[in-house]
Amino acid sequence: MITLNVNGKKRTVDADPGTPLLWVLRDNLGFTSVKYTCGISECGMCTVLIDGDAQRSCIVYLDEVLESEITTIEGLPEDHPVKVAWIEKQVPQCGYCQPGIMLQAADFLSREPNPTDVQIDEAMDNVICRCGSHPRIKKAIHLAARLAVKQGG
Amino acid sequence: METIMTRRSFLKKSSLVLAMGAFSGSLKLVNVSSVQATANPSFKPHAFLEIAADNTITVWVGQTNLGQGTHTGIPMVIADELDAAWETVQIKQAPAADPFKDPVWHMQLTGGSTSIRHRWDLLRTVGAAARQMLMEAAAQQWKIPAQKCTTKDGRIIHPEGKSLSYGQLTLAAGKLAVPEKPPLKAPGDYHIIGTPRQRLDIQDKAMGKTVFGMDFTVPGMCTAVVARPPRYGASPESYDDQAAMAVKGVLKVVPFENRIAVCAETAYAAMTGRDALKIKWSKGSMPGLNDAFIDTVFQDHLEKKGAAAKSTGDVKAAFADASQTLEQQYKLHYISHAQVEPINCTAHVEKDRCRIWAPTQGATLAQMTASRITGLPPDKVRVEILPAGGGFGLRGEPDPVTDAILLSKGLDRPVKVINTREDDFSNDYFRPANQSCITAGLDREGRITAWSHKVASQSIMMRLMPQNVQNGIDPDAVSGTVDMPYEIPSHHVTYAMVDLPIQVGWWRSVGYSINAFIVESFMDELAHAAGKDPLQFRLDHMEKGSRAYNILSMAADKGGWDSPVPEGRARGIAVTACFESFAAHMAEVSVDKNGRIKVHRMACAIDCGTAVFPDAIRAQAEAGVVMGLSVAFHEKVSFADGGVKTSNYSDYRVLTMSEVPEIAVHIAHNNLKAGGIGEPVFPSVAPAVANAVFRATGVRLRELPFQTGLLAKG
Ligand code: FES
Ligand code: FES
Repeated sequence: MITLNVNGKKRTVDADPGTPLLWVLRDNLGFTSVKYTCGISECGMCTVLIDGDAQRSCIVYLDEVLESEITTIEGLPEDHPVKVAWIEKQVPQCGYCQPGIMLQAADFLSREPNPTDVQIDEAMDNVICRCGSHPRIKKAIHLAARLAVKQGG
Repeated sequence: METIMTRRSFLKKSSLVLAMGAFSGSLKLVNVSSVQATANPSFKPHAFLEIAADNTITVWVGQTNLGQGTHTGIPMVIADELDAAWETVQIKQAPAADPFKDPVWHMQLTGGSTSIRHRWDLLRTVGAAARQMLMEAAAQQWKIPAQKCTTKDGRIIHPEGKSLSYGQLTLAAGKLAVPEKPPLKAPGDYHIIGTPRQRLDIQDKAMGKTVFGMDFTVPGMCTAVVARPPRYGASPESYDDQAAMAVKGVLKVVPFENRIAVCAETAYAAMTGRDALKIKWSKGSMPGLNDAFIDTVFQDHLEKKGAAAKSTGDVKAAFADASQTLEQQYKLHYISHAQVEPINCTAHVEKDRCRIWAPTQGATLAQMTASRITGLPPDKVRVEILPAGGGFGLRGEPDPVTDAILLSKGLDRPVKVINTREDDFSNDYFRPANQSCITAGLDREGRITAWSHKVASQSIMMRLMPQNVQNGIDPDAVSGTVDMPYEIPSHHVTYAMVDLPIQVGWWRSVGYSINAFIVESFMDELAHAAGKDPLQFRLDHMEKGSRAYNILSMAADKGGWDSPVPEGRARGIAVTACFESFAAHMAEVSVDKNGRIKVHRMACAIDCGTAVFPDAIRAQAEAGVVMGLSVAFHEKVSFADGGVKTSNYSDYRVLTMSEVPEIAVHIAHNNLKAGGIGEPVFPSVAPAVANAVFRATGVRLRELPFQTGLLAKG
């Protein structure tokens, strides 16, 4: 049995230490908001926060994160600026890519609280959204940045 | 509409339909309210709609949720005619069932941008009929004629001002007959249709709560991955099932037909077990199939005579009289759906029933497939439609249903079959490749007098609906050529059907997505040859004031076609008419000396009749631009050694954030019948860009994806 910290709670799993974190979260712990799409770090849909950093859980292995704090989309509060902005701007289409993209956006905003369009282009250029929600993702990131200022102040 | 007519005639003819029940011409709504007296009676004037005593209004939607907005658009139409308060409306996903079948196609299928356009009358009638019944119930209680009552926000209002809520009338209304032809609202009275609304499924999607097919579980379930032939026509020659069984969590290795499933306790164990099989496959039916071979096959077909899909006028005579003729060839490669959620299906076959949970676009087909394999009647097959992570046409295919049912039957437990990304690429039903050659003649005034068009491509219909292929013509393969929005006196189209083992299927906008690039690029070439402005040249060949004419004009006006072009940039324009709607795009681009194209902005104008849910229309139109540019710049499936070579997003690039331009969407407002949206907003994107690139550089891009190497200087 291995213990893992997910969304502020300790959870025990019976899995091989070499299992990708993606499958531990989905198969063993039922966090199906963490999506499988490519399995090779190409799409960003399996993104989770590991100690606050957006990382692709399909290429992170269980034994690498035993000491870490893992956050899935459920771990962000409902009034998190990214969640509020995503709803306000009506971003998701199919929605399958969004939890991963939102977590990557949350990490990005924590490092770049007031991003320009060009910075958003660079930071979000390595994720896939086949539905084409990009224009709204960009608007929502700007809005989330403004909301974060309000919440913080 | 070519496609609709042919799909309909298919449905009438095929045995598929016989199993689906007879065609009924008129719309019949059946009151399904419970006749039992209960404490909280609900009123169900149709399987779509339920009004509860607490005033909650539930709309069941039988279409598949792909994020297209239908699950909000459908209740918007019903709620408007019902005069409901929007806040009281909720949606539930309906399973596969007769009342949810498309009234035109007579099957439950989410595709062809039909969800609202094929139900425009039905949905409005459902709402209006319920409203009339509630008015009648209130009038009886008040002992006044129903015509004296009015409705507003979920209440029936007495002429003296008192009122009853819909919830207070459920029992009485449930006893009334459903009026067959209730009066429908005048468009000026709409209070929900055409207004800004939030999509009802977005909250859950943003919170990560939506359960997609991949996420679905049922007690006792195991997960299977299936090794399918990596080359067309191949079968397994040897494999190591011991090695697979040695993987922790693997339960069983099941060889069936031409494939081998590994069933396991978890998805990861199933995938690891499958890798351990180390299958040796036979060479397959066409080991020499590769990109170069495919190209020669298409070239050969362009030389063939082909079957006549259209022959108006006398092209020969017109060419003889033409003051100039122009001939060009175009080439489009196979492309993948690349939808993000891998294909999957969960099934549980029991002795006297079968249940399926799938993100399927083809609910009726899933039900029939299960019925055929299990021998159970369709009403013993329950198909639950799960939200889908993209589809774009692919999820109409029943293959995953077949596999899940066969495995559940064999293992006697619920089985979820999932694909890996590599499985999705190698087993996709691609958008067919296309090579076409067009010759056109212009008269002295620069008007097109003759247009002779040869299309070479594989046929989708030959596999799915062979009855529809008549005289060698697959109507989908030539859609957008035979019905282009221009008036040309002599117009011939021939089709040479390419026969290759590559799997092809429906992909967003189907034939239009391909042929619009060719037609709209060639129109631009002709405008240039005639020395005319590309916009004016198109308009000159259209019926003045037609919807296509107007939408093209709107894209130009709103996009600023005639305004000064910023230094170093150029504009292009294109238009299409399909799926009962009309769309046009204007692109503004620049090209650097290395041949890199930058799309600065796109304007999209869409006339889809009554704009039911404008924000969803805008979202679809934005998405159409993104996907259109992705196809224009990047997408191409490669083949090698008799099978698909492309294996993951690492060798199948799709458009990403930094390449997405500024997008402006302009909706033409009118009160006409609602048309399609998801598909019409796609086809004219790529040609608008290619046409802009020509104006910027003088170089014509006649291939998709663009061969930008042609643009590099020096
Ligand atoms: S599934 Fe991990 S990046 Fe795609
Ligand atoms: S919303 Fe469907 S892939 Fe992004």
